[in-house]
Amino acid sequence: MADAVIIQTAARRRRFANLFANPKVLFGGGFILLLVLLAFFAPWIAPKDPLEQDLMLGTLPPAGFPGAEPGYYLGTDDLGRDVLSRLVYGSRVALTVAFVAASLAALVGAMLGLLAGWYGGWVDAVVSRLVDIWMAFPPVLLSILLVAILGSGVHSVIAAIVIIDWTRFCRVVRAETMTQASMDYVTAARTIGFSRFTILMREILPNVAPVLIALVSLEMGIAVIVEAILSFVGLSVASDIPTWGGMIAQGRQIIHHGWWVLTFPLLMLFATVLAFNQLGDGLRRVIDPVMRR
Amino acid sequence: MSLLSIRNLSAVSDRDGGTPILRGVSLDLAPGEVIGLVGESGAGKSTISKAVLGMLPRTVRITKGSAIFSGRDLLSLSSRELRKITGSEITLIPQDPMTALNPGRRIESQLTDGLRLKRGMSSTDARRRGLELLEEVHIRDPERVMRAYPHELSGGMRQRVLIAAAFAMDPKLVVADEPTTALDVTVQKQILRLIRAMQAKHGTSVIFVTHDLGVVAQICDRVTLLYGGMVVEAGATAEIMERPRHPYMQALLAAGPRYDRPDRALAPVPESIFAGLREELASFDREEVRHG
Amino acid sequence: MFLARLTKRVGIAATTLFGVGVIVFVLLRVAPGDPIAMMIAPGATPADIAALRAHYGLDESIPVQFALWLKGILAGDFGTSISIRRDVLDLLAERLPATLELATAALLVAILIGGGVAIVGTMLRRTRGESVVDAANGLLLAIPDFVWALALVLVLGVFYPVLPLSGRVNPQSADDFATRFYLVESIVTLRFDKFLEVASHLVMPTLALALPLAAVITRVLKQALAETMVQDYVLLARLKGMSELRLILQEALRNAVGPTLALTGVQFTFLIGGTVIVERIFSYPGVGNMAIDAVINRDLPLIQGLVLAFGLMFIVINILVDLAVVALNPRLRHG
Repeated sequence: MADAVIIQTAARRRRFANLFANPKVLFGGGFILLLVLLAFFAPWIAPKDPLEQDLMLGTLPPAGFPGAEPGYYLGTDDLGRDVLSRLVYGSRVALTVAFVAASLAALVGAMLGLLAGWYGGWVDAVVSRLVDIWMAFPPVLLSILLVAILGSGVHSVIAAIVIIDWTRFCRVVRAETMTQASMDYVTAARTIGFSRFTILMREILPNVAPVLIALVSLEMGIAVIVEAILSFVGLSVASDIPTWGGMIAQGRQIIHHGWWVLTFPLLMLFATVLAFNQLGDGLRRVIDPVMRR
Repeated sequence: MSLLSIRNLSAVSDRDGGTPILRGVSLDLAPGEVIGLVGESGAGKSTISKAVLGMLPRTVRITKGSAIFSGRDLLSLSSRELRKITGSEITLIPQDPMTALNPGRRIESQLTDGLRLKRGMSSTDARRRGLELLEEVHIRDPERVMRAYPHELSGGMRQRVLIAAAFAMDPKLVVADEPTTALDVTVQKQILRLIRAMQAKHGTSVIFVTHDLGVVAQICDRVTLLYGGMVVEAGATAEIMERPRHPYMQALLAAGPRYDRPDRALAPVPESIFAGLREELASFDREEVRHG
Repeated sequence: MFLARLTKRVGIAATTLFGVGVIVFVLLRVAPGDPIAMMIAPGATPADIAALRAHYGLDESIPVQFALWLKGILAGDFGTSISIRRDVLDLLAERLPATLELATAALLVAILIGGGVAIVGTMLRRTRGESVVDAANGLLLAIPDFVWALALVLVLGVFYPVLPLSGRVNPQSADDFATRFYLVESIVTLRFDKFLEVASHLVMPTLALALPLAAVITRVLKQALAETMVQDYVLLARLKGMSELRLILQEALRNAVGPTLALTGVQFTFLIGGTVIVERIFSYPGVGNMAIDAVINRDLPLIQGLVLAFGLMFIVINILVDLAVVALNPRLRHG
């Protein structure tokens, strides 16, 4: 018995070691961590007030280009606001939406998926039908429609993402639960006399978790993009809060005399989505015992 | 003068850490002759046929030996030179007719591929030749079959098409890789007779890969029995059937139902014979190591 | 049997479309925000507002409004846009061709690029080239159309300004066309200069929509090809002396393309959803761009018409994909 415990812990430790040996997890996770620190310590990191306008210093190019002003490393937008500082503060909205929306969507989707996969019957029929209907909506149009209905703001953006994307989790978790439910260890647990709900929570959930975690990471990338799109259209947060999507929209307007206003937030967006994606992909490969070689 | 002469052929599998899969195999095939390669699965019979066809998987490495076909060593040819021979002078009748025809193409184009690609025939000429071939393999209504897709034909019909395709190029050598195992027993006999007839008519040599000694007795002039990639016994079929020398061959003949002696009981091959075979393999490997 | 399958698909699709219509209709009306409030002139009296409300039928109960709307549609009347004050059907007829040309071009480009890369990757299999293709495609899979569109704007519109940044044609040449299908018309009438003009405006939005889909096609098709290339009939064909490229094109592709096609259908609906934001970025005068304004302005009749138009496009695509899958598989074709 004690031996078994030791072996298990050793396996777990090895799994953790594998986690960080995977370059995708390392780079993806590292970048996200950096971003979290950036968002958290934004007031100390940002060189300027992201909202401070100075029309005298409008559309300054980044450092190193002719006409640049010292202190404005990435230039300013047409209202004279510091691009670098807005970029740093913009990570707050992006990450808030990413973490909250993805977690909530995962929670809702996984719960329904677990129930459908485990109890089957009419529960499964209802949930599956619901997912089918949901998939018929075009996501981008639906999100714009939802935010228009719910009113703009960060809460509406999060709600829209959850309402649209819970199906991603539901489908995968349902299939995974069904696979796990047919395994011998579940039969064994039932013969011991555990209740169905106990088995679901103690036996099935831990085995579904790896897939779920990887999926959450991918969803965070999607959420960042959706938020940026809604900001770009002008439906996300109020205009006095800096967002990457908002900066991109502004940059698109003045693209011919201020390319940097669009370029830097776009690069951040790109890097963040890629990082979440690689992290999710890496996690899936490392955690999922079947995928691992 | 033999058409194909395999000399002292040895091969290892790189995937299983260099396990020998062929051990010094030699065999000769005269023009117009049918030879049976017999053995259980893993005996090396399909490795030999794949080597002749130039279809060895990358994990298999030839360590020694040669396979001279019409004066050229198939094992040392470049893949380009090999491609000129295979599919035209050496062709294949595959094992499973259900998977060997492309489900998305009509029979006509699949049957005449070789004629058009390698002989440079026009499609009208190739079509005419294809119809002749289908008649040769006793397919009724060849016009309809030419237009058909594989899923519209029975397994026996498909195997006839594949036989027609194999003989279409008037090859010198046909490799038949267990061509009847996937078929019904009633169809099996017809297909065997057909292969024999086509072979005699075209004067083609045939390597017949099988694990069924009954099939060998019906169709092969000579037989080579393999175990663990080593030749256990070789000779004329009639002679070996009458007077098997190796105990393994004796046991196999005793085990299988025989067309000439239906009264003989079925008996499994005794374990002591396998022990003896394993000892022979081990001593071969020791010899190899000693001589480098 | 095939007809039965088609009828069933159309039936399900029509039901879904009806459901979507009901949900959107109700949601738009129970949600806060008043479309009339956005269009009244300052100083309008309550009586003016009530009159406007009655003019657009917004004073009736929701079920009655829905019944009236449905009745109108069956008679070919989609209502009048509140914000643009024009007939919804006219607006759709004006904008839909632009979106259809964009989406179709994007689909074709995606198939060409995605299929081409999958074939090249298959030819390179078990070499270092294959891992390069796989790794690059893995990265491309992560990049959405929104990011592509903006990156293209920067690179091909600003840093190397070789392509026009917005619109469908140059502003002065909008009257040069008899129909709204500019690209098709320029080809049919053999006006090469007009074709170049339309095509140069199409390149960037098309690429932005096509590249994410191309990455998906590459991944799925390459996987399917890898499974097909080890089939017996491919080995036999190789023995017949076919070149590797010919093996892929003639033997494998036809049988590998089925799953890819089915998936492309689903992904194409995402692509059409993507036209909304991509048209916005390139100020492209299609239905997607109009949809954003309609939503922001709470233009109820226009939103409803647009949702129907998008839904209809999805249904038609699904049916076309179904037909294509059957056409490519002889077993289904005869069964």
